[in-house]
Amino acid sequence: MRWLLLTLCLLAAPLWAVEPGEMLDDPVLEERARSISQGLRCPVCQNESIDESNAALAKELRIVLRERLVAGDTDAEAINFMVARYGEFVLLQPNTRGANLILWFAAPALFLIALGIGWTAIRRRPVADEGLSDAEKAELEKILRS
Amino acid sequence: MHCPMLIELGHFALILAFGVAIVQMIVPLVGAHRGNAGWMAVAEPAATVQFLLTGFAFAVLTWGFVTSDFSLQLVYLNSHTDKPMIYKITGVWGNHEGSMLLWVLILTLFGALAAWFGDGLPARLRARVLAVQAAIAVAFFAFVIFTSNPFLRLEVPPLNGRDLNPLLQDPGLAFHPPFLYLGYVGLSMSFSFAVAALIEGRVDAAWGRWVRPWTLAAWMFLTVGIALGSWWAYYELGWGGFWFWDPVENASFMPWLIAAALLHSAIVVEKREALKSWTILLAILAFGFSLLGAFIVRSGVLTSVHAFANDPERGMLILIILAIFLGGALTLFAVRAGAMESKGVFSTVSRESALILNNILLAVSSFVVFIGTIWPLVAELLFDRTLSVGPPFFDAAFTPFMVALAIVLPLGSILAWKRGTLGRAAKPLLGWLILAVALAGLAYAIQSGNSALGPIGVALGVWVVGGAVADLWMRSGREGLADRLRRMRRLPRADWGKATAHIGMGVTIFGIAAMLAWQKEDIRVAEVGDRWDVGQFSFQLDNVRQERGPNYLTTLAEISIWRGTREVTTLEPEKRFYQVANMPTTEAAIANGILRDLYVVIGDPQEGGGWAVRVYVKPFANWIWGGAILMALGGCLSLSDRRLRVGAAAAKKPTAKAVPAQ
Repeated sequence: MRWLLLTLCLLAAPLWAVEPGEMLDDPVLEERARSISQGLRCPVCQNESIDESNAALAKELRIVLRERLVAGDTDAEAINFMVARYGEFVLLQPNTRGANLILWFAAPALFLIALGIGWTAIRRRPVADEGLSDAEKAELEKILRS
Repeated sequence: MHCPMLIELGHFALILAFGVAIVQMIVPLVGAHRGNAGWMAVAEPAATVQFLLTGFAFAVLTWGFVTSDFSLQLVYLNSHTDKPMIYKITGVWGNHEGSMLLWVLILTLFGALAAWFGDGLPARLRARVLAVQAAIAVAFFAFVIFTSNPFLRLEVPPLNGRDLNPLLQDPGLAFHPPFLYLGYVGLSMSFSFAVAALIEGRVDAAWGRWVRPWTLAAWMFLTVGIALGSWWAYYELGWGGFWFWDPVENASFMPWLIAAALLHSAIVVEKREALKSWTILLAILAFGFSLLGAFIVRSGVLTSVHAFANDPERGMLILIILAIFLGGALTLFAVRAGAMESKGVFSTVSRESALILNNILLAVSSFVVFIGTIWPLVAELLFDRTLSVGPPFFDAAFTPFMVALAIVLPLGSILAWKRGTLGRAAKPLLGWLILAVALAGLAYAIQSGNSALGPIGVALGVWVVGGAVADLWMRSGREGLADRLRRMRRLPRADWGKATAHIGMGVTIFGIAAMLAWQKEDIRVAEVGDRWDVGQFSFQLDNVRQERGPNYLTTLAEISIWRGTREVTTLEPEKRFYQVANMPTTEAAIANGILRDLYVVIGDPQEGGGWAVRVYVKPFANWIWGGAILMALGGCLSLSDRRLRVGAAAAKKPTAKAVPAQ
């Protein structure tokens, strides 16, 4: 009885990402499905892709995605299908439209600016002078003469 | 053995510590301003008392957990009598309130350490450092006592508790938070030193030497904490991922990157008295990122798999603390930074310039993590777009900066101070460069598929490790092998620390690239007795049985692994069910190896019979964490360097000779 209960509990709480039953027989198509689903966020989970997620909705989306691919969708078409349904929220890689340009280019821009500032700051610095200053020379002269 | 009085004493000690912190914040600061030695001297005993009181409060809470005192609400919510003792203890910080108490305990510990070992510091600077440290403590004591009090009681104690989240009942995760907090909070010392120096209006080489050990220690702990978390994710989450670019992970990674930059720029302050104001700024930002991390983890404004005490109101308070300290420090910086005049001059090609490049790369990569982490929030608030920023963005935007860092690292670390020549620096590295490229070519030829990731990882790994070895070798003179080895042994520990940490970085880069590029995965339904091949290995499902653990039920599979006709090992992956928490977990079974990990997970029984089984072959997985351990070890070696120890000892016994480096 206890084991029956345990089994029921286990069945009630599936813990798995991609399950064997979902996978396509065509390895090329399955590979594409895996790589696309790694870039799609599960809409009901906490920051997980549908490839990793154990949620029922994620499983459903994995199956839907595979159906689209079997039906002959390209990768872009399959992704657009998901975005049309759930919004750009599902894209783990944000697109480069509109304000997202800030996200993508802020860091490279900052890097170039920092390089520029660093470069000018170093160049403007007086270069290391190994010799003695005039005052020091005079001082030395005085010591040597005495 | 429940003792209601004891709990109240702990509560009282916490409130008393809050009072002591307020005194320590004000009196020494005023004393330092007026030059009153008596007032300044208050800081030292106050820091000790503050630590002892907080330590007592923490001990009492731990006692509550150990004895399962369910009159404490926190114990009721997070513990259970059936839980193994070790997880009763680690359960103290496995929740919001307890972890905040651990946070303030560590904060006061660092304050006390600065008081005990700060003999070498000028009295005024020490008083100011301790006062700033106490100011941070005041903010967090108030936060704990007024919003997250761990000592709240239940009028009618329940018979048993609700158990700790099963995911937290694991050695890796149990010790991950204390290390992270030692790191986060350790950076408060660098912050206090920076603010004290700004108040003082003076930064010199000695300041650089004092602030470096604290930063180094904090960075080491952060390294270990992050590595533990990543290792835990690897074996616990059931598919062998080790880094998810989750907001909470990023929260610990940002201060780590800034602290790494700070370590390097503090060297320039110490050796060359340049980059002073930049170093101060980094010290402020490093702790700022720590506070930002606390905000991200505890506010729940950013959804994370690590959902942990999500409470917008508490988050708001941490944001206010962050605003006060970061805003105050930056204002002070704006007013005073001009006074930090650089003395050391250097030419464009020099170690100083290389370290500036290092700082730019680390700071910008930290900025990548920052903008990626908060962008969903910004996009929603300002542009009304609900979007996600996930691993593909970070992989694309972060990696180039790390690759650049790895490329310049060996050259920069060999360049001479003040004025160097690239040609002379490149000469001892030429052999390593050729080896790196050759091995990358070999890896490309051997691997199946055309991925560039693996070969690039090989090249960078060899280049960085080789660079560190060449650096040590170059410093060993020009005599015979025996003489060079002898001289190498006598090099300062800081040099060995530097080489070890850099080697660790090379090892980690290689490990990450190799594992991601060359891992193999297999998902299938297997009946008992089935055998199948993955890579060079055969896996066979021998048996599936069910057992009972202390506070869970488990389904346990036996899978034997073969290479040809030789049995490599038998693994027993589990699927556990924790009844009290009503939560299942997967326990992957892993055969660790130097060259590869074999990673096996058992899933659900299938309708048509058989079990879902997942199998991975992950080459060089352990190199990722091995490299992190080397980095931390390098920090440790550097921390034990003579010059950092001498400072403290010299004040007590000016004539004492320092122990030569081993």
